[in-house]
Amino acid sequence: MKSYILPEFKIKRDNERCIECQVCVRQCAFEVHKVSQDGSIYSENDKCVACERCVTFCPTKALTIEEYEHYIKDNANWTASVQRNIWKQAETGGVLLTGMGNPKPYPIYWDHLLLNASQVTNPSIDPLREPMELRTYLGSKPESLEVEISGGSVRLKTKVSPQLKLEVPIMFSAMSFGAISYNACEALARAATELGTYCNTGEGGLHEKLYKYADHTIVQVASGRFGVHKKYLEKAAALEIKIGQGAKPGIGGHLPGEKVGEEVSRTRMIPVGSDALSPAPHHDIYSIEDLSQLIYSLKEATEYTKPVSVKIAAVHNVAAISSGIARAGADIIAIDGFRGGTGAAPTVIRDNVGIPVELAIAAVDSRLREEGIRNRVSIVAAGGFRSSADVIKAIALGADAVYIATAALVAMGCHVCQKCYTGKCNWGIATQDPKLSKRLNPDIAAERLYNLVAAWAHEISEMLGGMGINAIESLKGNRLHLRAVGLTKEEMDVLGVKVAGAPLS
Amino acid sequence: MMKRVYAKEEVCIGCRLCEVYCAVEHSLSRDIIRAYKYEQPKPEPRVTVEEKEHISFALQCRHCDEPLCVEACITGAMMKDESGRVIHREEKCIGCWTCVLVCPYGAPRRDLSRGKVVKCDLCQSTGREIPACVEMCPNRALVFEER
Repeated sequence: MKSYILPEFKIKRDNERCIECQVCVRQCAFEVHKVSQDGSIYSENDKCVACERCVTFCPTKALTIEEYEHYIKDNANWTASVQRNIWKQAETGGVLLTGMGNPKPYPIYWDHLLLNASQVTNPSIDPLREPMELRTYLGSKPESLEVEISGGSVRLKTKVSPQLKLEVPIMFSAMSFGAISYNACEALARAATELGTYCNTGEGGLHEKLYKYADHTIVQVASGRFGVHKKYLEKAAALEIKIGQGAKPGIGGHLPGEKVGEEVSRTRMIPVGSDALSPAPHHDIYSIEDLSQLIYSLKEATEYTKPVSVKIAAVHNVAAISSGIARAGADIIAIDGFRGGTGAAPTVIRDNVGIPVELAIAAVDSRLREEGIRNRVSIVAAGGFRSSADVIKAIALGADAVYIATAALVAMGCHVCQKCYTGKCNWGIATQDPKLSKRLNPDIAAERLYNLVAAWAHEISEMLGGMGINAIESLKGNRLHLRAVGLTKEEMDVLGVKVAGAPLS
Repeated sequence: MMKRVYAKEEVCIGCRLCEVYCAVEHSLSRDIIRAYKYEQPKPEPRVTVEEKEHISFALQCRHCDEPLCVEACITGAMMKDESGRVIHREEKCIGCWTCVLVCPYGAPRRDLSRGKVVKCDLCQSTGREIPACVEMCPNRALVFEER
């Protein structure tokens, strides 16, 4: 069938600068750049995914990628990308696949929320001169604390549930070995260890070589139960039951057989080359009571030494669901907003299902507080955190900590080309091809991740100091430190924030 | 003991930028665009990336303790200096390619345009402390160290 699909991008090669070193030819797994018989280099625009690998590695900066502007008769409804998607489906009859998070221009509430700062009546704090506490504990907190004072020493009488200690309120979100390369997993584990925070295995199991990072690893138990065994649960600081994912609420996962090589096969405990299909629901969880059974099975299996988290996608009824999860015995609720990323999802689901995490955090925090059970669980927010400002606003809205993943990938080199599902990631991240995965040197990637989170922590300290707060705990759920611009009354009601300029009371 | 360049095969991405920067470093202008586009004779790299399937690594003169090339060189162009480097004195080279034949690593390269051999001098001639290939490798796949 003659394809009607036109190229999305155009590669411009500045021949004044091109030295024909062929770095672009060697770096492109999509085979865009080619050497012709006479030795000259040419590029095939229609294969380009705009990952910018060639542009970044070109030693003379001779390459630029531009949008290929086809003339589509002016139409706000039938845009070029709408038409392209229809052509793709008309030619294949298939579901449109994509990677990464929702790119549509839905409102980004972070950009409508502004932070407070101290002026005159309350002193701001300089974090370079005074102590600033970013340490956060995740886990169920007791209703009250009983202490015994005898002979000048104080002893805690209340038995406190197991807690995760975070030196920064930022963790690396679930990304499985299979979706991402071993080197990417190792970099995340090493960075999490150095930062005093945690990485998350996703549903990929834990590679034996990463057992040494167990104290900074959260292991996931998802609907496919891939890679789950006794040792897996032991080699973890916390366990996470994955119910849903922000990028694809309500549907399962599918790791294509091509990505299941020897190592992935052993780690996931599935045959080489077989598709790893995670069902949409857990087939043993059809109610909060069922969820409770799994939570307590996992607690039993690990002798009540590790907190158990339940991860859900932010959906319409997120507040009530979270209340159920808290009552089911979870120690942590992870809420993944609709901008959360993925290695592969149907485009229509990624772009249209779920709700923004900003609203979800506020709704869940309010609900749990109203019910008097906020202390029973920690809230971890996920899905599209772009900067330290987003993180601090999430905490002010009521989250205890956040998960970052897309930002972590970008730090390692990802350019959000959304082609993770092809397995041809030129940056060595979302691939199992040994030639591509070695492009990600774990030494460099771990350093870049460390730097990113350290920089965000520094910025969070500065912003906290500016508000006159010396501990992140004091900001948690303190929505008076947020003010809204450009939001409707209803949106502000859900977020629990006042309009900018409104008085304190 | 001397510092040598070692390749970390597990993170070599086969981009061959080491070759590019080596050639530029040993060019007349030491400017990448001028060197490649306008210089005659064309600048030659002293390093070669060996590649098969997903395995690749950059290879350059190993600066052997007992170099066969020095033993074999019929004009005395190849010599081992007091620091331990194997250096190539171009003015004495007649392009007989004996060193090319005897080197077990295949390190000396023929510069056909000038009829002379070129080989890694650990960037001694260019006054760098760390060889260009090591410093410019985008994936830290080359290290310069004593082993």
